[in-house]
Amino acid sequence: MAGALLRSALRLKPRLRPAGAERRRYSQRSEGLERAVAAFRSVSGDEGVSLGEAVREQHGRDESVHRCRPPDVVVFPRCVEEVSALAKICHEHQLPIIPFGTGTGLEGGVGALKGGVCFSLRNMDQVLALHQEDFDVTVEPGVTRKALNSYLRDTGLWFPVDPGADASLCGMASTSASGTNAVRYGTMRENVLNLEVVLADGTIIHTAGRGRRPRKTSAGYNLTNLFVGSEGTLGILTKATLRLYGIPESMVSAVCSFPSVQAAVDSTVQVLQAGVPIARIEFLDDVMIGACNSFNSLSYPVTPTLFLEFHGSSKSLEEQVSITEEITRDNGGSDFAWAEDEETRAKLWKARHDAWYASLALRPGCKAYSTDVCVPLSRLPQIIVETKEDLIRNNLTGPIAGHVGDGNFHCIMVLDPNDPDEVQRVHEFTERLARRALAMDGTCTGEHGVGLGKRALLREELGPMAMEVMQGLKATLDPKNLMNPGKVL
Amino acid sequence: MAARVLVGVKRVIDYAVKIRVKPDNTGVVTDGVKHSMNPFCEIAVEEAVRLKEKKLVKEVVAVSCGPQQVQETIRTALAMGADRGIHVEVSGKDYDTLGPLQVSKILAALAKKEEASLVILGKQGTFASEVTIDGDKIKVIREIDGGLETIKINMPAVVTADLRLNTPRYATLPNIMKAKKKKIASVKPGELGVDLTSRLEVLRVEEPAQRQAGVKVETVEDLVGKLKEAGRI
Repeated sequence: MAGALLRSALRLKPRLRPAGAERRRYSQRSEGLERAVAAFRSVSGDEGVSLGEAVREQHGRDESVHRCRPPDVVVFPRCVEEVSALAKICHEHQLPIIPFGTGTGLEGGVGALKGGVCFSLRNMDQVLALHQEDFDVTVEPGVTRKALNSYLRDTGLWFPVDPGADASLCGMASTSASGTNAVRYGTMRENVLNLEVVLADGTIIHTAGRGRRPRKTSAGYNLTNLFVGSEGTLGILTKATLRLYGIPESMVSAVCSFPSVQAAVDSTVQVLQAGVPIARIEFLDDVMIGACNSFNSLSYPVTPTLFLEFHGSSKSLEEQVSITEEITRDNGGSDFAWAEDEETRAKLWKARHDAWYASLALRPGCKAYSTDVCVPLSRLPQIIVETKEDLIRNNLTGPIAGHVGDGNFHCIMVLDPNDPDEVQRVHEFTERLARRALAMDGTCTGEHGVGLGKRALLREELGPMAMEVMQGLKATLDPKNLMNPGKVL
Repeated sequence: MAARVLVGVKRVIDYAVKIRVKPDNTGVVTDGVKHSMNPFCEIAVEEAVRLKEKKLVKEVVAVSCGPQQVQETIRTALAMGADRGIHVEVSGKDYDTLGPLQVSKILAALAKKEEASLVILGKQGTFASEVTIDGDKIKVIREIDGGLETIKINMPAVVTADLRLNTPRYATLPNIMKAKKKKIASVKPGELGVDLTSRLEVLRVEEPAQRQAGVKVETVEDLVGKLKEAGRI
């Protein structure tokens, strides 16, 4: 078994041919790893530790275009005490720690750049404490968004943050996820009340105090939101207390076409200014609508389009829809269609739901990569127009879908991964796009996180002073830089 | 449009829970385990409520048999749009041995008492995938092995819901609050003239055999050899 371990450890190393000193370091490292794995087994049992190649590869990739970077070993803890014990072992042996939820991230956050130990949290899958009248629930990291909402279905409550994928809730907290509902219900930043975190040395903390769940607080530094969005670089999230909302009495969906991007965005701003508590307001550009028409055999006019959703009581919905219809008409909108029953609503929104697949279908055989910038609402028309010009100039396929109520949009770049020229052009395009957003007082990542690919952009976005503070915090919480090294900072 | 619809709703262990057999093998663990409405009953309730929304039926009555806790399940049906509930009180040993025979007698007695034109239940029976009411007849499309079959039946009728009949609505919070005001009547099986004695006795409950690890082979010859060894060919 020792020999097999040695071989597997060596196989994981990058392609360097180790010369003398290097070879010595490898042997040392693999001995250390051997001892660590033995210690892991004594904590989690044989079933809780995996060295299998397939398992490691599964835990070295996510839904991004970054290549697989498998860890040296994957552990499957079942409770926070196990997580803490395993982390202590990693700390002692100087092994990187990479937390893993569902692997549905989009920025390469789970790649084990320096090898190490992946903590797969999928066995910690209990909903721990639901307090219906307080609108809060505490969950373990293996609970996904859909699993939670299914659990809650009898209570009339739901957790509305919806990033699309069926992600782990703690993973969503780690990346400060958002989604189509953010314009009304907020992002993870507004909806995490408390976190239980295991730090790199095994210390367990509760960011708002153990078991506490007041709806608001002004007690001490906002540690909870320090960890929200930290992408596994400051600690392992082992519990999250989340804010719940009542499922609205009714929902209405609507679609409207516009003569220009400006008209669509102007309508959005005016709808928000009119005080309409709109739940979803999604923008699709003409290229995207064209793709959706082809994919679903629809026949929407091929122009910028808004997909809207309203939540509330039947009476309030009537009012919301009528105000919105008027605003869109004043801005040159046409073909305003709306529906209240579930099947027609689903049909109306199908175009938006299938956007990813419709984009891929534009060029079969290619892969897709989603950009993710966010700017103040007033700058949205300008950035979208400039971005579309950039796409055309550089002969790139990039239909656009956006959470226009937040100023956040995604270009779904469809590219042939085997065409190095196109790969390069896409890469340069995304850099230009991020810098364009930064120049407009925006951010290089609205909801996907920094992960592996946006660290340089983060430095540009924050500036040296803020970066120093962030690095200081990282150094305090994780002096050995074991937590997900090579990400974010 | 005189129709009154009776919908049976059963409180079961939530479908997402991992079922565990009790150490004494007499049954499965139910204490402290999350329970909710049987998903097929949700589909039945949804169908009944839709018929009411289309104004094809006048009243939807949700029925459940069991101990006090089944009232939660009836409340969920009320929150989804049922008008009132009936709780048939069955508890203790009677509940443990309550089987399909007794439940069907109870539902038949209730259907008669409430003068229900239609009884919609979850699964096992007609397997309806589409239901429409045409005057005093019901048109049901059901999925069978060969495809779809359309039948027209007189009322009163019993229809069971298949998976593809509809997508049940979530009980919204405002509707849950409103449902607290709706009535749930309690009734004893004796009052309906139903005898609960069971003709079945559960001898033993066991978990299904654990899945054995598979064996990987390198070549087709190996595969054939292993199958012969196992007496499979």
